[in-house]
Amino acid sequence: MVSICFYFQIHQPPRLRKYSVFEIGHHNNYFDDQKNEAIIRKVTKKCYLPANKIILDLINKTGGKFKASYSMSGIVLEQLEKFAPEVIDSFKRLAETGCVEFLDETYYHTLSFLYSKEEFKEQVEMHNKKVRQLFNFRPKVFRNTELVYNNELANFVEGLGYKGILAEGADHILGWRSPNFVYHPKGSANIKLLLKNYSLSDDIAFRFGEKSWKEFPLTAPKFADWISKINGNGNVINLFMDYETFGEHQWEDKGIFEFLKHLPEEILKHKDNDFVTPSEAIKKYDPVGELDFHNFVSWADVERDLSAWLGNRMQQEAIKETYLLEPHVKLSKNPALIDEWRKLQTSDHFYYMCTKWFNDGDVHKYFNPYDSPYEAFITYMNILNDFRIKANKLGEIKINQ
Amino acid sequence: MKVLMFGWEFPPMSSGGLGTACYGLTKGLSRKGIEVTLVLPYSSESDADFLKIIAANDIPKLRIRKVRSAIKPYMTSEGYSQSISRLPSQLSKIYGSTLLDEVYRYTLAAETIAEEEDFDVIHCHDWMTFEAGIRAKKKKSKPLVLHVHATELDRTGGHQVNQHVYDLERKGMHKADKVIAVSNFTKNKIMTHYSVPEEKIKVVHNAVDFSHYDDERFEINNTDRVVLFLGRLTLQKGPDYFLYAAKKVLEKEKDVKFIIAGSGDMERFIIEKAAEMGIASKVLFAGFLNPEDVERAYKMADIYVMPSVSEPFGLTALEAMKNRTAAIVSKQSGVSEVVKHCLKVDFWDVNELSNKIIAVLKYQALQDTLKENAYLEAGKFTWDIPAQKCVEVYDEVINKI
Repeated sequence: MVSICFYFQIHQPPRLRKYSVFEIGHHNNYFDDQKNEAIIRKVTKKCYLPANKIILDLINKTGGKFKASYSMSGIVLEQLEKFAPEVIDSFKRLAETGCVEFLDETYYHTLSFLYSKEEFKEQVEMHNKKVRQLFNFRPKVFRNTELVYNNELANFVEGLGYKGILAEGADHILGWRSPNFVYHPKGSANIKLLLKNYSLSDDIAFRFGEKSWKEFPLTAPKFADWISKINGNGNVINLFMDYETFGEHQWEDKGIFEFLKHLPEEILKHKDNDFVTPSEAIKKYDPVGELDFHNFVSWADVERDLSAWLGNRMQQEAIKETYLLEPHVKLSKNPALIDEWRKLQTSDHFYYMCTKWFNDGDVHKYFNPYDSPYEAFITYMNILNDFRIKANKLGEIKINQ
Repeated sequence: MKVLMFGWEFPPMSSGGLGTACYGLTKGLSRKGIEVTLVLPYSSESDADFLKIIAANDIPKLRIRKVRSAIKPYMTSEGYSQSISRLPSQLSKIYGSTLLDEVYRYTLAAETIAEEEDFDVIHCHDWMTFEAGIRAKKKKSKPLVLHVHATELDRTGGHQVNQHVYDLERKGMHKADKVIAVSNFTKNKIMTHYSVPEEKIKVVHNAVDFSHYDDERFEINNTDRVVLFLGRLTLQKGPDYFLYAAKKVLEKEKDVKFIIAGSGDMERFIIEKAAEMGIASKVLFAGFLNPEDVERAYKMADIYVMPSVSEPFGLTALEAMKNRTAAIVSKQSGVSEVVKHCLKVDFWDVNELSNKIIAVLKYQALQDTLKENAYLEAGKFTWDIPAQKCVEVYDEVINKI
């Protein structure tokens, strides 16, 4: 028996507008509403709506045998409500099938767990509430921003009542072990750990349209064949990826939608295969062993660590300064100020400041509004300095400049 | 392979990027076993310096032949007339009465040298040598390569273009077997304004001579942050934009000094303007610097600004970067095409230039990241790369004939 667990990340950050040093103290709008709206509309058209339609059709066509799961940041849900409510509606229809599971994460797609457990907890609760409100669904499985994960996180999240958690199936942690089993996180009681099979996931997410790849073109029968070969050698294959893989990162004319349409029937041709959601996977399978993630692991880049967000001094400085404001922002009890501060925590802002792949011309391309990591830092810091002044006025305590 | 090269200036008696580029390129060619005979103009004033060149010449495959002439690179017709009028009458009789007469005189002398020399290809740097190149080609039936470091349009910023100079440039480009442009920026100019077909142009970006880095501290660094302008004080280099930006920066930041190094026809205007704007005490004029002092100026500076209106390449940016100085360069430059770890602005955007200067002064993490990455990046631009590309051009034109 081998189960396939699809999980899609959906997130779009609140991109900042170019904010000059001369605007510090003027408290102008920080967010590029126009660009954010344009991107949401574009991705809605190219990915969210067509992909949702395919998923719904697949569920209906297979009589509910096909399953999928989603983790949508609160910040993308907000933007969808505002700019593309039809996407929210289509997710509601998916929720009604009972074949779709929603996962929890931090509402603002942040790295708050690293800086403030209290803030982290509040954002997770906010997210849980949002998903309940919109989709009448109470998530029981957690996945942190960009699969950032360690033992401590699993333990903490279990304390919040979650039954399962997702992480990257990183080679340096797994060693000889396979990602295709359920594991037990070291230091936790009962929470179960699902690991991304990055090789098979990336075949779809990154290599699908790559002509130089020796497996090009990737067809549904071929991929189903790879899956079936794992039969007897694993319980659950976790295919985790950005939802934008469908139609945005991989274009429709490259056949990505056709691939998605035909994959389930090909996989289900083998009687021993089935589809599960993360909750079903952890119910169905017992952990085969304990995994020790002492350091943080993420799904980003080859390093699979935090260096995409915290690799250089600009990033470290910017994020540190942001979280230093927490006590003062919260003292203000001003919801607009708190919301703004949280939007500044969104991990993408720090991701755009990454210099490590900038050398090879491979800027984090997707939806990146900046020409260079330096521009990203300047805009961010100018805004943060303006925000600090605002927080000073509204908060009761003076914040050190 | 033997190259007959016509140049303008050569360190240590050079005043601009052309001399530095010539030095780096011949050194790179020499390492590849290419023999270069470089024809250089010299005036009686610079005779002593000339001997210094020959004595200090550390390039084994390079032979220098001199032509007595009063012309210097970057000279305008007006500037030539002025400098001739300052010479004692017995000397001034030797030279042509106008710049163009003098270029013609140089051409005849160069032609004689070409006759005496044995070579496979001719390589000319900028307009004053083009006619000499054309004649050498005709005399010896050898292929001609023109290397364009700047066009008349760059030097004049498009205003008051000297028709004779433009005509000489155009004629040269059309007679040449191949034209080397120092950037795509220049290539586009050559295609658009000189109607040279694209396939005839090869882009060869400049490089920087990388020596060991020695840190040096200066008295001024104990009290002030230093922002540097280094270049000829002419319309092309945009010193006025530097001054306007300085004014705006000083409204926000204390303890900053702006150093302007270089001389040129805008010198008086810039000095008077600084006084008029009330920032004379914050703007220091260093005059024209010798090569050692240029290096020291970069080390003294926290930020190097190159606000050129039209900059075919912009070697100074690479030189600043190799000295661990954060660079802000105009987007209207060749160097901005190839360098990533610097900040880029449109030359006319004084607000944005000041925004960026302030950001680098204000955010230490940005400054440190820029400096470190600039140093690492500049190190990759060795002269072996352009030398190799020139050899490819030589091979191509030699085989064609």
